Amino acid sequence: MDSLDAFLAMGGYAKYVWPAYGIAVAVLGGLIVNSVAAYRRTRRALEAAQAERPRR
Amino acid sequence: MKLLRIATYTNPTKFMRWSAALLPWLVGATAVSLAVGLWLALVVAPADYQQGDAVRMMYVHVPAAWMASLVYVLMAVASAVALIWRDPLADIAAQAAAPLGAGFTFVCLVAGSLWGKPMWGTWWVWDARLTSVLVLFFLYLGYIALVNAFDEPVRGARAGAILALIGAVDLPIIKFSVDWWNTLHQPASVMRMGGPTIAPGMLWPLLVMGLGFTLLFAALLLVRMRTALMAAKLRALRMAEIARADERGAADAVAAPSLGSVP
Repeated sequence: MDSLDAFLAMGGYAKYVWPAYGIAVAVLGGLIVNSVAAYRRTRRALEAAQAERPRR
Repeated sequence: MKLLRIATYTNPTKFMRWSAALLPWLVGATAVSLAVGLWLALVVAPADYQQGDAVRMMYVHVPAAWMASLVYVLMAVASAVALIWRDPLADIAAQAAAPLGAGFTFVCLVAGSLWGKPMWGTWWVWDARLTSVLVLFFLYLGYIALVNAFDEPVRGARAGAILALIGAVDLPIIKFSVDWWNTLHQPASVMRMGGPTIAPGMLWPLLVMGLGFTLLFAALLLVRMRTALMAAKLRALRMAEIARADERGAADAVAAPSLGSVP
């Protein structure tokens, strides 16, 4: 437990180190979620449009 | 020899095929390298003899900074290809890359600011390196706004491509700002003539994180390009539908009055 506390304390720099990693996770995670959501939405819409009119 | 021809990869149908095959591998490699990179950065890498554990912010800040420039290089090259050869996939690549580049640049700026406070005693300083990277961030945002400012997608893409190329002058300014001017920011310690000066115990975690960021960018770029191609196909289908409806409407309009005009 002590070693976990020491790890989280980051030698006294916790309030700088963790937000730096946090912002990276938030921004890159946001880009992942946004990219995948747009991909799924567009694929569903395209499949629906193609099903409406099966012959090209 | 077909494998050596660029058109083998940039034809949209073929792009959809090879990107679908590549993506699962890319996602797997991204997850592994980021997991290993984080472990190396947070646990294995030594604390700095001067900075202590604050140095661990480097493993976020520096790879994000590399990506900020690398993504812009790709965007500028794609824009040049789009302007010269009118390759629609190049426009799609540039537009798919822009939000990713903006994201990496933002991470670089915020992590850098957080690192600056305990080490330099300030969140921000208007020195040449920091200012030129802030300009890069606004170039990304300006590009995105400009591309979307036109009703006609082709004109938006053209204007964006020109802005991306003009903005590329910022890249050498970023790279050499730490040599040309007296900056608070330190000079290069990894990508420099004569090899890295950083300790190997810190270089490896940095390189693995850099690999993870690069792979993540590649995976997201492919996903966003695939989305754009599907959206273009969807638009074409809907246009065809409207054209067909117009034809029917025109035929009805011609047929209707003729009934009344029969003597």
